Amino acid sequence: MNASAGRLRTVLAPVLLGVAALALWQLLIVAFEIKPFIVPGPLAIGEQFGSNFDTVLAGALVTGGNALVGLVIGGVLGILFAIISALIRVIDELSAAVIAALAVVPIVALAPVLYTMFGAGAETARQLVAAIAVFIPVYINTLRGLRQVRPVHRDLMHVYAASAWQTTRTVTVPGALPFIFTGLRIASSLAVISALIAEYFGGPVGGLGKSITSAASSSNYQLAWAYVLGAILVGLLFYCVTLGIETFATRHYKPSR
Amino acid sequence: MSEASAASAVEVAALQVTGVDKIFTGKKKATITALEKIELTVAPGEFVSLIGPSGCGKSTLLRLIADLDTPTTGTISVFGKTARQARIDQEYGIAFQQAGLLPWRTVTANIELPLELHGVGAAARKARSAELLSLVGLSDFAESYPDQLSGGMQQRVAIARSLAESPRLLLMDEPFGALDEMTRERMQTELVRVTAETGAAVVFVTHSIPEAVYLSNRVVVMSPRPGRIRDILTVSLGSASERTEQLRENEAFFENVSKVRELLHGEAPVGIRGVETR
Repeated sequence: MNASAGRLRTVLAPVLLGVAALALWQLLIVAFEIKPFIVPGPLAIGEQFGSNFDTVLAGALVTGGNALVGLVIGGVLGILFAIISALIRVIDELSAAVIAALAVVPIVALAPVLYTMFGAGAETARQLVAAIAVFIPVYINTLRGLRQVRPVHRDLMHVYAASAWQTTRTVTVPGALPFIFTGLRIASSLAVISALIAEYFGGPVGGLGKSITSAASSSNYQLAWAYVLGAILVGLLFYCVTLGIETFATRHYKPSR
Repeated sequence: MSEASAASAVEVAALQVTGVDKIFTGKKKATITALEKIELTVAPGEFVSLIGPSGCGKSTLLRLIADLDTPTTGTISVFGKTARQARIDQEYGIAFQQAGLLPWRTVTANIELPLELHGVGAAARKARSAELLSLVGLSDFAESYPDQLSGGMQQRVAIARSLAESPRLLLMDEPFGALDEMTRERMQTELVRVTAETGAAVVFVTHSIPEAVYLSNRVVVMSPRPGRIRDILTVSLGSASERTEQLRENEAFFENVSKVRELLHGEAPVGIRGVETR
């Protein structure tokens, strides 16, 4: 009962704060008669969101779909490449500089180049941008996790005369799971942001990013904000789902004696 | 003792350590002699404890036997094989001070780990782990995860795992070191029973005198810097079935405890007095 009360409080407190902030926002809009093209009120945004729900949902599916494809491709490649780097020292040494360079490149800046490579009519460029953005945190976190094998486990596998691959499969990778999931959780938000921003640079119409820019350029600010709300919800969904999977997969990973 | 030596004359010794030195070379070529001129023979089925203060090299000796490290000079043979070959052939089971269970595996999957790595089929693994779980009294916890068990229970799982491949030699590095006194005594009684049932020889590292006396056929007393064998005491407290909880109150038990204590502190007073008068 105590635990459920605590959980209720952790959920309730931020919700109350959010509601209070929205109320204050609406109050300021009304009190100071702020024009919608500067900032529309939450009620106006909510109304637009409700009446355009189908188009927002369709846009969210396009952008979310691109982000998901990018997350899966970038995640799988990041994990596989980290495993290879952990097993073969040379590859790690060769790739360290490239990874560091890639980590500081603003990945979205690649979008226009990728559009010309894959054609402006396809979603491929956006998915690739998301995949590259995802790859880096997943790779770095996974590699760090793979290096955290406890000495007692390493001794044990040596005593069992286990092969490098057996050790990787039974001890190193499962032991790195908390790190892998942390990487994926960070990457999930990055995937949504990258897929969304990539839409600003061209490519097919239909996603949330394109809808935000076109609504804003036709002075339909409330609608633009409704799409922004949709983008926030997509980002939140990605974050919560990865967090949920992480919590479930690592539920027995409390520090053991 | 006479039985043990008679047996070893016929059979190959479970463990034969001959003239082993271990020197660690640190930074700036500073060397530390961890072990010097170690000679030790363990007969099949014999329980031998290594006891000594911290830094006397008892754990290092165990790591050499397990082929987790190699001696600088001298030879180690396990059932007539080199330490390396014995490791590859899985001639021994091992338990460390930390249980070292894999937290993402159930108790059963942890016990089955060595069997799985060495290609034992699923049905045979299942049967063996069930057998071992009942041996260590944890049948009700087969599907639990390590984080749901107490420290003592985790250590019992680790012991079951070390027995998985029915080794004829068990290496144990302070397996009860992190447990409270009551759990510790219960685990000792259980270990006596388990080793009697399996007939395995045991090399047991500890720094508890009563633990060494209670468990062992022979107690190897070691001294630090450089790590040497100071003396070997034969404890004759009877067979495993006679070694019950009552033994801890027994006169012979206390006699042996004080003998080991005297051996441990044998040359020490000179050094200690020097420190105290400072």
